[in-house]
Order: sequence, then structure tokens, then C-alpha cells
Amino acid sequence: MLPTLNGRIQSRIVITLIIGGLWSLLIALFLPGVSGASYSDKLRALLGLLIVLTVLGIGWELVYHGLMQLRWEKDWPTLFGLVTIVNEGTLAYVLVVHRRFDHWWFHDDYRLPRSTFLFALITTWLVVWLWANGPMRVFTVHWRFRGGRFV
Amino acid sequence: MSGRETIRLPGAVPDAADEAMGGGTGDLTEALLSTSVWTDQLLAAAGIPVVEVPFVTVGSGIGSFVTTDYLRIMGVPKEQIKVLGNNPVPWSTYEYLTRNSQIPRGERLRSDSASTPDNIWGFPSYAVREAFAAKGLKNKLFPLWNVATEPIFSNYYTPKAGQAFESMEAETKRIDYFDCLDKGLVRMVRKRSGGGYFTILTPPAGTTPTKRVAYKSRWVHLAVGYPGLKFLDDLQTYRTTYNDYSTVVNAYEPHEGIYEDLKKRPGTVVIRGGGIVASRILQRLIDDRDRESTQVQIVHVFRTYITGAHGPSIFMRRRGGDGWAYQGFNYPKSVWGGQLKARMRKLEGKDRADLYKTIGGTNTPVRWSWQEQLKRGRKEGWYRTVTGSVESVVPAPQGNGTTTRLKTKDGIVEIPASYIIDCTGLEADIAEHRIFADLLTHSGAGRNPVGRLDVERTFEVKGTANGDGKLYASGTATLGGYFPGVDTFLGLQIAAQEIGDDLAKQGFGSYMGPLRSVSQWLKWARGKAI
Ligand SMILES: Cc1cc2nc3c(=O)[nH]c(=O)nc-3n(C[C@H](O)[C@H](O)[C@H](O)COP(=O)(O)OP(=O)(O)OC[C@H]3O[C@@H](n4cnc5c(N)ncnc54)[C@H](O)[C@@H]3O)c2cc1C
Repeated sequence: MLPTLNGRIQSRIVITLIIGGLWSLLIALFLPGVSGASYSDKLRALLGLLIVLTVLGIGWELVYHGLMQLRWEKDWPTLFGLVTIVNEGTLAYVLVVHRRFDHWWFHDDYRLPRSTFLFALITTWLVVWLWANGPMRVFTVHWRFRGGRFV
Repeated sequence: MSGRETIRLPGAVPDAADEAMGGGTGDLTEALLSTSVWTDQLLAAAGIPVVEVPFVTVGSGIGSFVTTDYLRIMGVPKEQIKVLGNNPVPWSTYEYLTRNSQIPRGERLRSDSASTPDNIWGFPSYAVREAFAAKGLKNKLFPLWNVATEPIFSNYYTPKAGQAFESMEAETKRIDYFDCLDKGLVRMVRKRSGGGYFTILTPPAGTTPTKRVAYKSRWVHLAVGYPGLKFLDDLQTYRTTYNDYSTVVNAYEPHEGIYEDLKKRPGTVVIRGGGIVASRILQRLIDDRDRESTQVQIVHVFRTYITGAHGPSIFMRRRGGDGWAYQGFNYPKSVWGGQLKARMRKLEGKDRADLYKTIGGTNTPVRWSWQEQLKRGRKEGWYRTVTGSVESVVPAPQGNGTTTRLKTKDGIVEIPASYIIDCTGLEADIAEHRIFADLLTHSGAGRNPVGRLDVERTFEVKGTANGDGKLYASGTATLGGYFPGVDTFLGLQIAAQEIGDDLAKQGFGSYMGPLRSVSQWLKWARGKAI
């Protein structure tokens, strides 16, 4: 990908929330390891994860943008978009599974077990990554030439 | 073009031949030649027939093709576009140059997976398409693994030349490209009194009743490719002085005879230039050495020898080594969409020229197979490099090849060689192309900070607007503008998009918003004609 800082942030928000959101609607139907919970509880938990990924993601994008300055091409290889699940996922895990500061969002009687969290995180990440590196371009012919900006 | 020799391209006809062509009625008159803005009456008086069409694109190469493609997808009917030029297919000139410089259809190009001149979306990319078409799991996974891990764990994925040509061929049919094509050589474009332009075409002799035909249009787009490809001065001097056109060749000329000769007897080849063309020619020489057991010795002449990473700061440092500057594409990748594209777009004058200088320069991609070959050559002694500036090239004493006299830091060095291959790909000045020379003189066009044709961010040629008409240009002639990646497939598509957006604002075609984009992509995916 060839992002600008503005484009990174816009793409992060739009693609994570829309594509990640659609994916959440789907997987909430058969989310493993949470047999007791209702659809809306599961969805609420998944959307919580998306919000965490988006909000923290904006911070991460600032870091990536800084790192990118060390690259001559000022590009962000496709692979980087995939492997950053390690750092981003770890931080999100600490916050969501260990419930450091998400009480405002999750019901007290419902929390994401670790395996469910990992399932949701990994599949969502893959879907968003694949989408951003391919089908996204079908919806806008300008996006890829504008550093990932929509407006 | 001037009297100086450039490399003959198949689509180009020398100026003198153009003047002699046809010779019938309906030719340019003195009055037309000397008047900058033409009236309809002036053309009528010369007996030149006029074809009316809103949009004309000149060149009929890849630039004309991708622009026509974009406009057709924007909903412009084929009757409203004329493509003028001599190319039987849009990739004629390109394939001629790539074939000579050792990229036959089975070899891989330089540009990336998403540079798809047959598809304005870049999706599905060439790698994905190659994976789908491949047979066997390994062949299917290879291109996908390659794009997913480039350039970290693999070299950049690049498509095979054949894939690019075949996919463009399918797209020409889908958009009825050939219905838009009128064959011939364009002599000039002049402003029309009252708005718009006249483009003068010289059709092939005997195909039209008059020698010239004029196209009257509101918009003109110029995509004529290289104004001329030149030899290095010292090599040019050698060729004309000694009338020897077979020992000293340019990589863009047919020169298969050299490889054939080297199979028959040992010889030394001097390579000039440090770009991708040099890499290609080296690959061919070494492949032949490995497969056909030629005894070829290679001397590679560098003018500047790059020993490692180089650049003004740790934030702007390009990799290099063994003489070469390394870079995946002809400019840093982000000029096609990211940070450097956004940055250059804001720069004017000297600031722009300076950034061009920093990110420019000859370079070649890192390919592990090339690295291996040269490493072996250095070790076994049949690949040597010398650094310096060439003083002269003269015939060797025994009439056997050439001697290159080189000024190095250790003094003058003489290199005897059976052949010299010029891989520098020097481009001629824009004024050596007739159409540009005429525009600069008669229509208000000017030069940009690096001396080429000055265009706006929309690729409108500055100073040439006429009434409600606009003149656009894309391709290498516009290098030095707000967008640096012009001379590439993707760059030509980016230009086409800027031009298309600007035309949509003027009411020609529909802007490519999300709905049109999706519905048109679905058509493309089903191969459905527009
Ligand atoms: C060896 C080589 C390899 C390259 N590899 C790549 C690559 O891998 N990827 C990439 O993206 N880019 C590559 N490029 C760069 C670029 O994409 C191509 O050169 C591309 O063909 C440029 O398109 P164009 O339309 O500007 O010029 P062309 O395709 O050359 O078309 C211009 C046409 O205009 C015609 N013309 C000129 N004057 C007149 C006139 N007066 N009247 C009528 N017609 C005229 C010419 O005959 C010519 O055919 C490469 C270039 C070269 C030389």
C-alpha cells in the first residue's frame, strides 16, 4: 500500500468499521465458545473489539507513518499490514480480554473468552487486510492514487 | 526530428518521408504553416477535408489506449473519440522496444502486479490472475506468495510481458478501440479560431483522396511516447565517423546478431549504462554463457559507481552496491499513489526540480537471479566493471571490433571489445518531436522545471487552452510535472483519470463515482462489451 498519513487514518476507520462491521454481523451468528450469549450480546462484544482496533489503530497509524519515513520508497508493504496483527492484537487483547478499561461497553455478565477473542481478531484482521488489498479498488478508482484518502 | 540520428521506431516515419507522402491535393499551404490560429476558411481554402469529433488522442500507443479505455468506461460513446496514429495495436512500439531489450513475451516486465493497463481498477491484479490461470498448486501459490511478501521476503512480483499484451488485447475488443483508430502520422495540432483545435493527420499514401485530413475537436490528448531515443554522443560519433552500425548498437535496436556471433567465437562485450536495460542485456549474455557455453567476457562501464546506500539523509536513502543503484521501479513506489505523489503535487519551480533530482537517477531492481549471475561473473573473472568517463571510441588496430578510451581515476584505460551495447536509453529533447516543436512555437506551450512539456495537475498543457477547448498530454514528455511517474502503465492510467475527471467537469462523460465504478467493474469482470 502507498498511504499518506491522512489516508492511513481514513482507510483504517472506514474499512475496519464497515468491512469489519459486516464481518461481525456474520460471525456473531456462530461465534464459538459463547453458547450462552444472545446474538446482540455477541455482536456488542465484537463491535467493542472493532472500536478498540479503530481507536488504538489511529495511534498505531501514527507510529507506522513514522517508521515508513525510514523507507526510501515511502511505501508500506502488503505484508506489514498483515504482521501488525501481532502488536495491535496483543494490546487489544490486554484491553478487551483483561478488561482494563472497557466496562463502559461490555455487559457485566458477558465477556469474550480468550479463544473467541482470538477467532474474532484473526478472522476480522484477515478480512480487512484482504479487502484493503483488493476488492476495495472496485468501489473507488481514486482511493489508491490518493494515499488511501476517501475525502 | 533533427538530422541527428535517433533509434528508428516502427511507428515513426521520418519527417522527410512524411513530406513526400501522398503528394496529392489537400496539403498544408504556406498560409497554414505560418498562421498560429487557423480559421475554418483557411483549411477549406487549402482543400483539406475536416472530420468533426469531440475528442482526439494522438499516438495510438499505450497512453492513447488507456485514456480511451477510461473515457469509454466513463460512458463516452466510441463515435466521440478518435485515436490517431500508426500503431496496428497499442503495444506495438512497446513490444518492439521490450523485445529488443531482451524481454520477449515469456519474460517479466518491470512494473508491479497492480499496474494493469487493461483494467483501470488494478483488481484483480496480474498476480491473482496468474494464480487463477496457473496449473498445479505450486504454480498457483507462487504469484500469491510473491505479492503478499514483496519486497521483504521476495523480489517484487512483475507480470510476464505476454500477460500484459494479451489482457490489453481483450480490453481493446471490449471497448471497440479499433473503431476509434484512424491510421496515419500526425503532423501538428493548431488552435482553431472560435475554440478547440485542428489536428492534421497524414494518412498512409493512397488511403484518402487528399494528402492531409484535419480533425476538428474540442479536446486533444497527446501521448506520442519518446520524442526520440538517442545514442551516447561518443557512440554516435563512432557510428557516423566509421560508418559502422553493427559493432556499436543500442539495446533498443534489433541486435540478435551479436548473440549469434558470440555463440560462434569468443568475444568481449562492453556494456554502457546502469539501469534495468543493462541488467536485461547482462542476463541474456550470461544465460547464453550458461546454456550455450559462449566464452563471452563482459566489461561494464559505469560513469558513477555506487558502492552502497546513498542519499541526502537517513530518511531519504536508496540502496545500492556493486556499481548499481537499487530500486523496484523507475521512481520510488509512493510516487504512484502515496506520500511522494502528494508531496510533488504541491511543489513548484526549483523545489520540484530538486525533488526530482533526489528521487531520480538511473537504477535497477534487485533480482536475486541477477545478483547470483553477476557474483559468479566477478568471481570467475568474466564480468568486470570499470568506472570513468569515455573519451573516445575508435576501431581496434587490427580492424577487430572497437577500442574504448576511458578516463578513470587511475588514468587513461583502453578497453578492446568486439561489441559495445549502449543501454543508457537517452531520451531526446521534446522539441525534437515535431508536434511538440510546433506547439512550443505556435500554441503557447512551455517547459516545466526539468525542461519538458509543462502540464497542470490535470495534465492540461499549460498555456494552450482555447475557448472552451483544452489540450492534454501524458507520458514521458510531461516528466517534471506535478506527478513524476508519468512514463509507466500506471502513470498513464493516473493521467487518464485526471484527464477524465477534468473532462467530466466540462460535461464530457460521467465522473467515476462508486456506483459507476462498481457497475463498470462487473462488466469488465464478465468481459461484457461497453
Ligand atoms: C524497454 C522498456 C520497458 C518498459 N517497461 C515498462 C514496464 O515494465 N512497466 C511500465 O509501466 N512501463 C514500462 N515502460 C515505460 C512505458 O510504460 C512504456 O514506454 C509505454 O509504452 C509508454 O506509453 P506511451 O503511450 O507514452 O508511448 P508508446 O506506447 O510508445 O506510444 C506512443 C506512440 O505514438 C506514436 N507517435 C509518435 N509520434 C507520432 C506522430 N507524429 N503521429 C502519430 N503517432 C505518433 C509512436 O509511434 C508511438 O507508438 C517501459 C519502457 C521501455 C522503453
